Amino acid sequence: MYVAVKGGERAIENAHRLLAHERRGDRDVPEVSLAQISGQLSLGVDRVMTEGSLYDRELAALAIKQARGDMIEAIFLLRAFRATLPRFGASEPVDTSRMQVRRRISSTFKDMPGGQILGSTFDYTHRLLDPVLAGESMPEAPALAEAQPLAMPRVTDILGRDGLIESSPAEDADQPVGDLTRDALSFPADRDLRLQNLARADEGFLLSLGYSSQRGYGRNHPFAGEIRLGEVEVEFMAEDVGFAVPLGAITLTECQMVNQFKGTDTEAPCFTRGYGLAFGQSERKAMSMALVDRALRARELGEDVQAPAQDEEFVMSHSDNVQATGFVEHLKLPHYVDFQSELGLLRKLRKEFHEAMETPSEMQEAAE
Amino acid sequence: MNAPTYNFAYLDEQTKRMIRRAILKAIAIPGYQVPFASREMPMPYGWGTGGVQVTAAILGTNDVLKVIDQGSDDTTNAISIRKFFEKTAGVVTTTSTADATVIQTRHRIPEAPLHAQQVLVYQVPIPEPLRYLEPRETETRRMHALGEYGLMHVKLYEDIARFGHIATAYAYPVKVNARYVMDPSPTPKFDNPKMDNCPALQLFGAGREKRIYAIPPYTSVVSLDFEDHPFTRYKHDACCALCDSGDSYLDEIVTDNKGSRMFVCSDTDYCETRQSQGHRGSENAAPYAESKHA
Repeated sequence: MYVAVKGGERAIENAHRLLAHERRGDRDVPEVSLAQISGQLSLGVDRVMTEGSLYDRELAALAIKQARGDMIEAIFLLRAFRATLPRFGASEPVDTSRMQVRRRISSTFKDMPGGQILGSTFDYTHRLLDPVLAGESMPEAPALAEAQPLAMPRVTDILGRDGLIESSPAEDADQPVGDLTRDALSFPADRDLRLQNLARADEGFLLSLGYSSQRGYGRNHPFAGEIRLGEVEVEFMAEDVGFAVPLGAITLTECQMVNQFKGTDTEAPCFTRGYGLAFGQSERKAMSMALVDRALRARELGEDVQAPAQDEEFVMSHSDNVQATGFVEHLKLPHYVDFQSELGLLRKLRKEFHEAMETPSEMQEAAE
Repeated sequence: MNAPTYNFAYLDEQTKRMIRRAILKAIAIPGYQVPFASREMPMPYGWGTGGVQVTAAILGTNDVLKVIDQGSDDTTNAISIRKFFEKTAGVVTTTSTADATVIQTRHRIPEAPLHAQQVLVYQVPIPEPLRYLEPRETETRRMHALGEYGLMHVKLYEDIARFGHIATAYAYPVKVNARYVMDPSPTPKFDNPKMDNCPALQLFGAGREKRIYAIPPYTSVVSLDFEDHPFTRYKHDACCALCDSGDSYLDEIVTDNKGSRMFVCSDTDYCETRQSQGHRGSENAAPYAESKHA
């Protein structure tokens, strides 16, 4: 009887065995391959790479398979692996104005140099379940066009020429970029760390916070200045050879929100920016991130900090789903000992309460 | 695919050095919470990642490791962490408190007195004793820097005004080396006196919150109280049903649907040691070893 309340090594082993069995599912059905996950559940892979902070499609697909499609569990697997990787240095800043664009839209200008490119998107699809997909499907080959040889200027750069929007912070090669995975976070945090935190943050959490800012909790009048998706080259400055070596191309989604700013006594009114960047095609994430980035700039821009989305300690301390899920789910661990002390305390308090009810205390008498 | 290979005790040496620097700072400033760059570990946050990182950083090949959760070596998470270090460090593990050189614990301090050759590593969920009084890190750090602990005393005073005594049963705040107010982790207040002037080094790791703190050996640890309402240790109304101990912390176990219950030591090693010495409780007329594996 007594033994039953304690866990056993055997129980853990059997639980893991059962987990592996259930992960596999019906053994008469072919096992899903990493190539299938990577190719056909690609937006899930993009999310796991983004929040897992590791650009590796194959490992992200493996994580999704191992996690039985539980995205946060998959993100956790990838993060734990990432933490063990040696760090050789930081890449050169990627230049998204040199992106090979596959999709690019702006809600602020009807047309601009480079044009609007719709690309692949759920936007404007009718959300009707498609029975054709229940079986094998062979969709039409996509329409093709010549790739634009010209660099596509960012919409915010166009606005910037007239000084209508604040300029992006100047690049400073000597300025070290913070890394919250290598240094403990302290508050107030600078924007580099905030953006890193938001890039790793749970998509759902940022979506809700961004949404709350649109509904008036820290409103900042956003326009989707530009959302672009495509491939950018990553370069690494190799000290040995003395120049930047290309490492390859990665797919990124970038969102620049354009927001109102009323100006101050010394600064003219102008548009301000909120910035979002994510691996793969992750538009919801990039847009939410841009909204929250702008909301978190309230202090810097002299706005009142009143709403949750503007409160950096609140946002940054609770945005990480790996941390959040661990702490919420740790309530499954035994708490016999604390509970026992609470039980003892509660019994004592109840006993004292009932005793006091039976014999009115001096204080009660004095009050009467 | 990048096939992973792992270092001794999982963490790479660079990370271990970073953690050891934080530990040294923590020892130099007893009770002060040192920020450190906590890593993502292969177990979830809130399940002992802080303790695991501290253990990984201090573990040597000759160490003997004991892991307990709720005082027991046999709870699932204790087993999981012990296996983790068996696998990644290959160190000898034990359930004996006396034989261990490193003891990682969650929610308890062993009943047997610790000695100077031992390190006790606590898993800490919320390292900030002032957190539930003030949610902001910027504020609580300032309060610690100024030794501004009025808020905590007000909380304890309000308990007394309302209940006639301090109504905190676990994670009962302590003052370390007459300077920093510290959260002892969610150990029952029963265990607080064991921290005071302890010969062993006590290290506290909070992974999710990225903090390490320490109580060096033979340091004063005082549970907060008032002159007219001194700290009292929780006392059970029962003795252990297995080993008859009258001064250990007891788990309450419901034994049937009618709500009958029995009390047994939460520290399984302590309880088993006593039984092997011939102590018998009310439920344990037969030798314990037989009933255990029935």
